[in-house]
Amino acid sequence: MFKLIKQATSFVAMLAVLFVFSTETMAAKKSKTLKNTQKKGFVRCGVSQGLPGFSNADASGNWTGVDVDVCRAVAAAVLGDANKVKFTPLSAKERFTALTSGEIDILSRNTTWTLSRDADIGLTFVGVNFYDGQGFMVRKNSGYSSVNDFKDGISACTNLGTTTELNMRDFFNSKGISYEPVTFEKADEVVAAYDAGRCDTYTTDKSGLAAQRIKLSSPDDHIVLPETISKEPLGPVVRQGDSVWEDIVRWSLNVMIEAEEYGVNSSNADSMKTSDNPAIKRLVGAEGELGAAFGLDNDWSLRIIKQVGNYGESYKRNIADTGILPDRGPNELWTKGGILYVPPAR
Amino acid sequence: MNFKLKNIAPQLITLLIVVLIFSFFTFNAQVNMENRGIEFGFGFLSQESSFDVQFSLIDYDGSHSYARAYLVGLLNTLLVAFIGIILSTILGVVVGIARLSPNYLIERAAAWYVEFFRNIPLLLQIFFWYFAALRALPLPQDTEPMLGVFFLTIKGLFVPRFVWENLDIFIYSVIAAIISITIIRIYAKKLQENQGKQLPVFYISAALFIFLPLLTFLIGGVSLDFSIPVLEQMSNTSFKYKGGLGIPPELIALTLALGLYTATFIAECVRAGIQGISKGQKEAAASIGLTPNQILKLVIMPQALRIIIPPTTNQYLNLTKNSSLAAAIAYPDLVLVFAGTALMQTGRAIEIVSITMLTYLSISLSISVLMNWYNKSIAIKEK
Repeated sequence: MFKLIKQATSFVAMLAVLFVFSTETMAAKKSKTLKNTQKKGFVRCGVSQGLPGFSNADASGNWTGVDVDVCRAVAAAVLGDANKVKFTPLSAKERFTALTSGEIDILSRNTTWTLSRDADIGLTFVGVNFYDGQGFMVRKNSGYSSVNDFKDGISACTNLGTTTELNMRDFFNSKGISYEPVTFEKADEVVAAYDAGRCDTYTTDKSGLAAQRIKLSSPDDHIVLPETISKEPLGPVVRQGDSVWEDIVRWSLNVMIEAEEYGVNSSNADSMKTSDNPAIKRLVGAEGELGAAFGLDNDWSLRIIKQVGNYGESYKRNIADTGILPDRGPNELWTKGGILYVPPAR
Repeated sequence: MNFKLKNIAPQLITLLIVVLIFSFFTFNAQVNMENRGIEFGFGFLSQESSFDVQFSLIDYDGSHSYARAYLVGLLNTLLVAFIGIILSTILGVVVGIARLSPNYLIERAAAWYVEFFRNIPLLLQIFFWYFAALRALPLPQDTEPMLGVFFLTIKGLFVPRFVWENLDIFIYSVIAAIISITIIRIYAKKLQENQGKQLPVFYISAALFIFLPLLTFLIGGVSLDFSIPVLEQMSNTSFKYKGGLGIPPELIALTLALGLYTATFIAECVRAGIQGISKGQKEAAASIGLTPNQILKLVIMPQALRIIIPPTTNQYLNLTKNSSLAAAIAYPDLVLVFAGTALMQTGRAIEIVSITMLTYLSISLSISVLMNWYNKSIAIKEK
């Protein structure tokens, strides 16, 4: 009997010790993400389940897209190799939980930056890598040429758990039109349902409409209406509470945009080390000690530009050359009439 | 004393471990949420939801609260569970009895149905009914009405809607009919027990059930109108129905898939129940002169039900929980509306997921309680 009690007490004591230990280690220390990433040897990146131009896997599992390139840039900066990324495809519904629970370290999944998301649920948006807005796609032969043609009872297919659902309500309410929202969890199912004729219109970010149109059975029979009903600044997100990691992701993106501004690209980056312009020299790591601020070496930005390219290269490769949105619109540099404007890397 | 402690100790330790594990998870979640600046609380439930839902049994739009959105989802889940349970029970009983049919063709057909539908994953079946069957349906403008007033289209099934006048009087008459039927049944039973006379209870009941409500139309001022769906053009190729009642295709696909799938399991329960009654019972009943109908009703079924009910309860619970697959095809059930959209808009993952889990638990327990009560009422009452 005594033996039994003794065994039981020791077992409970062991559990208690385990309990204290694990909570101790789980209490996050500052800037732990960088250390963990370097220890693991890959960046854990959450992407979409397949949105051409932004994050899309080909038949052999290679991910491409402007959202993917943000994660690749971070991998190039902190690990030295843009390919050391583990991509986790997430639905709109899963994405924030995956990030806050620590399953991924960067969420780069065409996610709209809003106040409530930024402030309320333990997330921090680090920047904008695509300026977008919500639009509507309709059948060409429907006769709709503007959102002003919409009438009471129109059915609209869209994605679950997106800002789209909220914008749609704001829009139809302001027009005084009653509508039927049909919301699916996966983008592929939205496309399939719209294609089948379940809905009169398909609404999401305009870039998404352009990308998903390719998946329709006859893309040429559909048009995107000219109106944009909302602002959708899309950008990468990190967990709140690790400001160093936040800075690394923010500046990895900023470096890509600044590199385009100064004409530094993947093929001329090495030769730019001898440039006369100090801004360019800083960008390729030939001057200053910018990397030290994050605990990185000085070639971090050079690696991003060499391995991933500047923003313009990424846009051209993923969005323009694939025919999704050949015109850069607002996503052009501020020097060329767009609104891409990043703080200087110095 | 020693003996007692020996018995209690393992239970105490188990309890302690369970408590420790739970407090560990709670503590861990608290620490992590605090680190990430996430607050815990249910205040969000009274906030404006600002999203709309496609299909709702109660009045709802985005200006209502998240609590009301929860109610919308809950009612939609209950609706699917209710229709699904009725559909699967009727189909299951028919197929289960058909599997015992001496007719080779009927028996084989029932067996094939069971083997086919129960061996394909439910999610695939839902996708099949929604995407494959839906695609085959015509657009509203190409639809030929069935019986002149039913329209089955890719946008849903549109049926005439009842427009009542003095509906309350009609409902009272139905209640009155049910009460008088119950009284007559009790009287008929007494009559049979005391004098051995049999009343045609079924015909009397049917007559009462039809004539009493009908009477209210003649003298009670009740009138019934139909609002028939009418096709209306919105643009060159977009059409909708005005008037009538629209049943969304998502609901149809979901109940069909759930009903057909669960019916196979119920059919097997029914077959097992009937086969579990020994042949001697039937022969003994026949030997005292009962007709085949009476044998089934008075001898076989009361005993078979005792075998059928417990596993069938499981199937009802499965069906209810499986209805959460609705999110895949855009039917706005609890998971899609509350654990989906509401969770996304508020970011309150822990709160919303625990509410949703508790809700499913409550629904399942309620069904269990009801079925256990029914099971008890038909169990052998030993005297």
